[in-house]
Amino acid sequence: MWEQIRDNQLRSVILVTALGCMLILLGSFLGQTVLGDWSIGLLLALLIWIVMTLVGYFQGDSILLSISNARKIGPDDMPRIYNVVEEMKIASGFEKMPDIYIIDDPALNAFATGRDKNHASLAVTSGLLQKLSRDELQGVIGHEMAHIRNRDVLLMAMCSILLGTIVMLAWYGSRILFFGGGTRRSSSGGGNAQIIILVIALALMIFAPIMAQFIYLAISRKREYLADASSALYTRYPEGLASALEKIGASTEQLKSANNATAPMYILNPFRKNGRAAEDLSSTHPPISERIRILRAMAGNVSLAGYESAYNQSHKGGGGIIPGSALAADDAALQRDTSSAGITQSEKERARETSDALWKLHNYREIACNCGLKFKTPPDFHGDTFTCPRCGTVHSL
Amino acid sequence: MLIAILVILAIAIIFVLILAGIYNGLVGARNQVKNAWAQIDVQLKRRHDLIPNLTETVKGYMQHERGTLEAVTNARTTAIKSADSGVAAQARAEGELSQALGRLLAVAENYPDLKASQNFLALQEELTSTENKISFSRQFYNDSVLQYNNKIQMFPSNIVASMGGFKEGEFFEVTDTVEREAPKVSFS
Repeated sequence: MWEQIRDNQLRSVILVTALGCMLILLGSFLGQTVLGDWSIGLLLALLIWIVMTLVGYFQGDSILLSISNARKIGPDDMPRIYNVVEEMKIASGFEKMPDIYIIDDPALNAFATGRDKNHASLAVTSGLLQKLSRDELQGVIGHEMAHIRNRDVLLMAMCSILLGTIVMLAWYGSRILFFGGGTRRSSSGGGNAQIIILVIALALMIFAPIMAQFIYLAISRKREYLADASSALYTRYPEGLASALEKIGASTEQLKSANNATAPMYILNPFRKNGRAAEDLSSTHPPISERIRILRAMAGNVSLAGYESAYNQSHKGGGGIIPGSALAADDAALQRDTSSAGITQSEKERARETSDALWKLHNYREIACNCGLKFKTPPDFHGDTFTCPRCGTVHSL
Repeated sequence: MLIAILVILAIAIIFVLILAGIYNGLVGARNQVKNAWAQIDVQLKRRHDLIPNLTETVKGYMQHERGTLEAVTNARTTAIKSADSGVAAQARAEGELSQALGRLLAVAENYPDLKASQNFLALQEELTSTENKISFSRQFYNDSVLQYNNKIQMFPSNIVASMGGFKEGEFFEVTDTVEREAPKVSFS
């Protein structure tokens, strides 16, 4: 299990290569039709792609976190989430603690980012912290850690950049082609060849983004199952993730800060329509009911092999969700008999804890009075003292 | 003739490269077992450090639970002392500490004032999480040992393992009374 998951990697390499070929084809055909030269179009397409990849590789995580309005937290800001992440860090064998970010949003969601194990970040919404119990949180964090561990995050980032480049080229290409722009057809002869190239270029412009999208989705869905299986293995408690998914699926809030490019990064597709089981080809995530059913069918054996057989049960064979090399190195793992939580917090307590942490992150200062009242003073509060309205004690700031 | 020599040379180089790869894989697996073991120790140490704070916080609230408190303090002292006196003894001591702590936290449920104290809540969070971390690091250790042992037993890496003197690691089993079994990993 702890081995690199080779089969999956090979499959991904093939798919990425297919995406890359599509980009090259599109670039050169566009070059031929618009500029009258294969090589210029090809070079332009590659140049755009390389620049975008470099930016994505080195700056992708910070860009993603900043457009999601995520705030970084330390161990003292919110011990519960920090501890849960550290527990999962130990269970998954990471050496470096990932950075943790909170997104102030009532929607229930989480995502992982970062190019490798040493540059990993996890983001969770404040809604998730309020609604999920400790066991459920462990399941979700385990799922995200598995994404980093299996290098899904890097792959998905690279794929979405490729996809983005293809879509962008197709869009601009079609605009230039249809609304004038330099169609300086160099040669006067060879009308037939011109038409054929134009038709192919048109077809590519229409189909490349769609095909690329399908490839992207195929990669992403497989990896969701694998991440679920790994999460069950880390926590030894598939019920935690199952009931977390149930809560997340039942929630009606939509994440405000998500967009099409970031959707596959989340634990649950942030764009699903209300009450719709998004199980068709156009979804980045497998249907949530399906994922819950598989997790609940694992019945004691929480290894990857256990997940595979649970998947086969609900799909009448035709599995192959977990790569063979990972299965071979995997022995049966027993489920924990009880939840490990130890601490039971009510939803109200969790809500208070989360909002306190958010106040603190926004630089509000907290004052606890001896009479039991607690105050939060805003960052622009001017004054040296503060009087408690209940008992009259004067606090100096 | 030259071609034949080149082919033989190429085969020999490939063979050596494969051997080196297997050997490095074994060393990597062994180091992972070592690291996983160190993780367990870090968490046990962390628990020892947390207990004085806990007893200090709890003392004021739980006047009638002197016995439970003393049991925790004593178990901690024994556990720290036993760190040098063999793994089996340490295992027993840590197991008793776990149980004493469990009793204390269970009794604390009867004291609403204590449960409302911010200090106590923070400590409870830290202790519970440390217990979880101990069990997760044990789990990772066992997985690492399994992977390492598989490499030692399976063909063809078993040949390299026996030549390089790699010894199998021992699993970390937990019984009801004993928190930590003797791991006896020999890294020769």
